[in-house]
Amino acid sequence: MRIRSTGKPLVYWTKLSEMDGDTYYHPKDLGRFSEIGKDAPELWEKFNAWYSAVFKEGALSEREKALIALAVAHAVQCPYCIDAYSTASLETGSTPEQMTEAVHVAAAIRGGASLVHGVQMRNRVDKLSM
Amino acid sequence: MALRTLLNVRSPLADPREQRARLQALPLQKTFHEALESAGTRDLRATGISVLQINVGKRCNQACRHCHVDAGPDRQEVMSAAVVDACLRFLEVTDIQTLDITGGAPELHPSFRDIVVRARAAGKHVMDRCNLTITGLPNYADLPDFLASQQVEVVASLPSYSARQTNSQRGDGVFEESIVALRRFNALGYGVENSGLLLSLVTNPVGAYLPAAQRALESDWKRELQRRYGIVFNRLYTITNMPISRYLEYLIESGNLESYMDRLVAAFNPSTVDGLMCRYTLSVGWDGRLYDCDFNQMVELETRGDVPRTIFDATRNALDHRSIAVGPHCFGCTAGAGSSCGGATT
Repeated sequence: MRIRSTGKPLVYWTKLSEMDGDTYYHPKDLGRFSEIGKDAPELWEKFNAWYSAVFKEGALSEREKALIALAVAHAVQCPYCIDAYSTASLETGSTPEQMTEAVHVAAAIRGGASLVHGVQMRNRVDKLSM
Repeated sequence: MALRTLLNVRSPLADPREQRARLQALPLQKTFHEALESAGTRDLRATGISVLQINVGKRCNQACRHCHVDAGPDRQEVMSAAVVDACLRFLEVTDIQTLDITGGAPELHPSFRDIVVRARAAGKHVMDRCNLTITGLPNYADLPDFLASQQVEVVASLPSYSARQTNSQRGDGVFEESIVALRRFNALGYGVENSGLLLSLVTNPVGAYLPAAQRALESDWKRELQRRYGIVFNRLYTITNMPISRYLEYLIESGNLESYMDRLVAAFNPSTVDGLMCRYTLSVGWDGRLYDCDFNQMVELETRGDVPRTIFDATRNALDHRSIAVGPHCFGCTAGAGSSCGGATT
């Protein structure tokens, strides 16, 4: 698996943990990902094999795939994936500038996806308006 | 440009014993000996000597944040004429093919050019580990011409083709000066196919992570340096940062030491063991002491067993198959694709 912890918890999470030791997201949980396989080992193995194959160099390089994963991680707002693919992007040779541009691509698509629904709004407004 | 060494600020980490103690105290999953045994190697031994690497001193015009030498402008250690002569005599009477000159900035050694000329006259391949900015100093402007005239391989440090990353590791303005220097080398034919003048670039990760795959990265770098700056080069060497000296200080201060070491240990790759540089390199310190590599030299882990301790006593018979001294820092050379002064080892 490429997913791995940077071992550097976000300050926000640390503070929450210090307050009550209970939080939905904890960086250490990334290292426990394989526990998902305990009650469905066959599905986990299939996921693992597919996941590993996806990130191997093919028509796209490992670096390009890590950048796509980084952008998607931001689009789906997965903190584990952001940690994992920030590290993976650096370790496959991307610069912080390239990674930041990838995040902007994700953000632009998310923003555009909201905005383009404005056409639907306009359609409805047009239908209801004189 | 920050010009601060551990020695200069009286950091406890300036003492190699403190560095070794900090690493030994870490609760690693396994020792390096255990890792070697898992790879089927009980006793790591040299297989000969094809590279003589001489560290001619710790003085440098830069003070990079990751420097494993703790080099800087304030360092006074310089290889004496007697040690230089002993190194060159050893080189001349053996069939060792390569002289790798490092430092500090090796060109600051008063006899640097004499060393190069004598080694080339003996028919040896000579590598100069150049920080590039040295060529911008007064009295060093003709250095590229000299290196070209002697057909010296230039092994130049450039951590990233991103200015911000390079400058954050090596000091403000270093990237821009490095680009000027690389253009100068290119103008002389360095890095140009079939010119006979080899220009190799060395990249270290700018932070607490492993380097990218060397081949893939080289291709990206050739494209980007050409596209952005019109610069060409022959080879890119990726080198893993060793958890010693100033990089160790960075790991401790940034809270990354344990996770970085865990990463190195978890990424131990048995197939790197055959190509470890300590197996074919003899490293000589500024004071003539012998080591299995430049990293062992900086943590003062001398050659072990009943073998010569200084270049004055060195013989091929005694050193060719010596047992290698190892420590936790050695995981830096066995992680992932492996690492050496010549880049990835697998």
